[in-house]
Amino acid sequence: MSIVSALHAARLPVDASAHGPALDRQLLLSLWIVLALFTLAHVILLGGLAARRHHPQKSVWQIEYLPLVALAALFAVLTIRAERLWAATRYTGASLTALQVEVTGVQFAWYFRYPGVDGTFGRVRPELVAPGEGNPLGLDPADSHSADDVVSSQLMLPVGREVDLAIRSQDVIHGFSVPEMRLKQNAVPGETIHIHFTPTKTGTYAILCTQVCGLGHYRMNANLRVVTPEEFDSWLAAREKAVQR
Amino acid sequence: MTLTSLRRRVFSTDHHVIGVEYLLLALTAVVIGTTLSLLMRIHLVWPDWQLPLHGPILPEDYLAMVTIHGTVMLFFVLTTAPQAGFGNLILPAQIGSRRMAFPVLNAMSFWLTAVALVVLLSSTFVPGGSPISGWTAYPPLSAVASAGPGQAMGMDLWLASIALFGIAATISSINTLVTIIKLRCDGMTWERMPLTVWGWFTAALLSVIAFSVLLAAILLLFCDRHAGTSFFLPAGDLVNGTLHVAHKGANGSPLLWLHLFWFFGHPEVYIAILPGFGVTSMLLANFSFRRVFGYRIMIATTLLIGLLGILLWGHHMFVAGLNPFAASAFSVTTMAIAVPASAKVLSWIATTWRSRPSYKTAMLFSLGFVSLFIAGGLTGPILAQPILDEYLHNTFFVVAHFHLIMAMAAVFGLYAATYYWFPLMTGRMMSERLGRWHFWLTLVGAYATFLPMHLTGLAGEPRHYAQLAGIPNAAGVMLARLVPLNRFITYSALFLATAQLVFLWNVVRSLRRGAVATENPWMATTLEWHPALHPRHSAAMGEPIAVHRQPCQYAATPSGETFLPQWVPDTLADTTTEAAFDTKPE
Repeated sequence: MSIVSALHAARLPVDASAHGPALDRQLLLSLWIVLALFTLAHVILLGGLAARRHHPQKSVWQIEYLPLVALAALFAVLTIRAERLWAATRYTGASLTALQVEVTGVQFAWYFRYPGVDGTFGRVRPELVAPGEGNPLGLDPADSHSADDVVSSQLMLPVGREVDLAIRSQDVIHGFSVPEMRLKQNAVPGETIHIHFTPTKTGTYAILCTQVCGLGHYRMNANLRVVTPEEFDSWLAAREKAVQR
Repeated sequence: MTLTSLRRRVFSTDHHVIGVEYLLLALTAVVIGTTLSLLMRIHLVWPDWQLPLHGPILPEDYLAMVTIHGTVMLFFVLTTAPQAGFGNLILPAQIGSRRMAFPVLNAMSFWLTAVALVVLLSSTFVPGGSPISGWTAYPPLSAVASAGPGQAMGMDLWLASIALFGIAATISSINTLVTIIKLRCDGMTWERMPLTVWGWFTAALLSVIAFSVLLAAILLLFCDRHAGTSFFLPAGDLVNGTLHVAHKGANGSPLLWLHLFWFFGHPEVYIAILPGFGVTSMLLANFSFRRVFGYRIMIATTLLIGLLGILLWGHHMFVAGLNPFAASAFSVTTMAIAVPASAKVLSWIATTWRSRPSYKTAMLFSLGFVSLFIAGGLTGPILAQPILDEYLHNTFFVVAHFHLIMAMAAVFGLYAATYYWFPLMTGRMMSERLGRWHFWLTLVGAYATFLPMHLTGLAGEPRHYAQLAGIPNAAGVMLARLVPLNRFITYSALFLATAQLVFLWNVVRSLRRGAVATENPWMATTLEWHPALHPRHSAAMGEPIAVHRQPCQYAATPSGETFLPQWVPDTLADTTTEAAFDTKPE
């Protein structure tokens, strides 16, 4: 009973992104193929050990090369399918109309920045970073674009709109991961890495850190809240108003 | 013990002594590494449990355990035992040599390895404790002392230890290569070399290439830590409120470390498993009383796996920030290695197919190796797909994948080797009854521990998490669900570890009271069983050694089953051709 419920709990999380269903199909296809090959190999291995009757040895072609060609073809098909999906999500950037959000990993928190009414991210300078004074990203007040930037500790997104994430890190390598969006990308200090996706279901989802980043690694997480476009607009407007006070 | 006997027994240049010393070192290391893994498993599901004499396990303690567990197991167990341990004990005899090419270097590389282990473990006792950045030591976490506890002197000791280990492994591998190339006896052509020797040869080639790159990387990281360089640190990196002024202006990248580290790190796993391939191939043939199916193919696939093994490091970096086109290229090379690996599995199956083998414990562990290698290897093509790695990277699915191969298949290879060569080394047989208990308990424990990890990984459980319960936000809800299955995994791990006591008891008991072994108890055909090369008979030392055929030649004669060792000149007049020994007729 407990084992059954334990197994029940361990299943793929909800899939709430536009590119996710295709990824899940490829994952499940791969898992079934692997399970079938595992079973087949063991049936043949154990069958061969159990069989008694002598059989004239088949040629290398029949036992080695033909199965090998079949396996190679199978792996090739999986590779091509996987590459097409990878290319679809990663070979090109987000569309120009995508919502821009910057993600910053810091030991041990995620910060999310929206460019504000001017639509441009302001400059940040590491020497200005002061979490205690409400400036965890080091926004430069000298840059006019910084003044209206909205910094949040949760990632708020409107459902159904593509989002372009610019992922960076302030200190060490972190792993930005949203299992329910089938999304993962390391945040590497010194680099800004873009990924894009479209959330398709409203709800609250987990953002984890998946690259060991220090002693608080396991509790470095945040919430992703996917809300209706109206809720998002009013949330963002309220935040923008607050920073321009 | 007098000084002379101390020098002879402890600081010996005899490859048998050095081989045993390596195995004892690996045994010490595996006990440490296993204990740490059990503490981690226990802490993961009962986070409030207090470690006796230590108190609560803090997050930094957990990560220090992860780091030392990984480092000890990868380097001091899986690189040391199969390659340096059994390589020293068996390799020279298998090519008809009485010694390794460089005996003094051989002893030196062992003692450097021992010092490296001591240096590594000493990091527990310095301020801050052992490093917390895992065995992969990604900078800036590993490059900046203030990035976490253990990242100051503990990290320096880690770097020193791995540098020493790398030097030792390089020396040892050069010794192995020269021994194989120069000291083969008459008639030991490359094609007649046992597949174990091919495994050691390829692993040694990889070691020389990979460890030299690791050494360079460690030197660069050390300079970043202490000489103000910034190979791996970008400009303006702000760790723990401190801007790294010394590195200001220069703009390095942590990705350089990832490239250098994984250029070493991926071949490293083949260094660990290639000797296991060799042992398995030879033992399956021996106990099946058959030739190895497709001997030349097996040699080719060993070399091909070695070659491809150094071309696919980037599959560890699909989500690290590489150009996505690079991910595609590394995906293809990674998938490609599935082909020679599959060829090996096919050959193993064909070798045992309807052979009515003798199920000695060594054979059981070889079959277990095949099973676990299939189980762990098949998830490789899944992880090789960048789009799936985007979901699975750094989850327990990956942990399950490499533990089935590295922690279990490789260790099954070591067990097979131990049961097989124990009579050669000690003159006594190990208990078959205890051996069978050991095998079945270990096999069940291995699958019960590592198969469910695939499920927790698919459900999204990340690696390196000190705790699953009591975490805030949506992440806490997601992770708390996985505690029950993790509890089952922890019970299985405890069961698996306990089962190994049967093995230790078997070794201790058999050393004293095991049945006395005959000269060639398994009817083996390879040279280490040659009377004149026997490690414990030095009487026939002068006898010249020559090889007349490939290993694994067997036949059935009217008087029963016959094996034709490599060193015996053709005495069976009616079965002179190798083809006649191809299969066992009905």
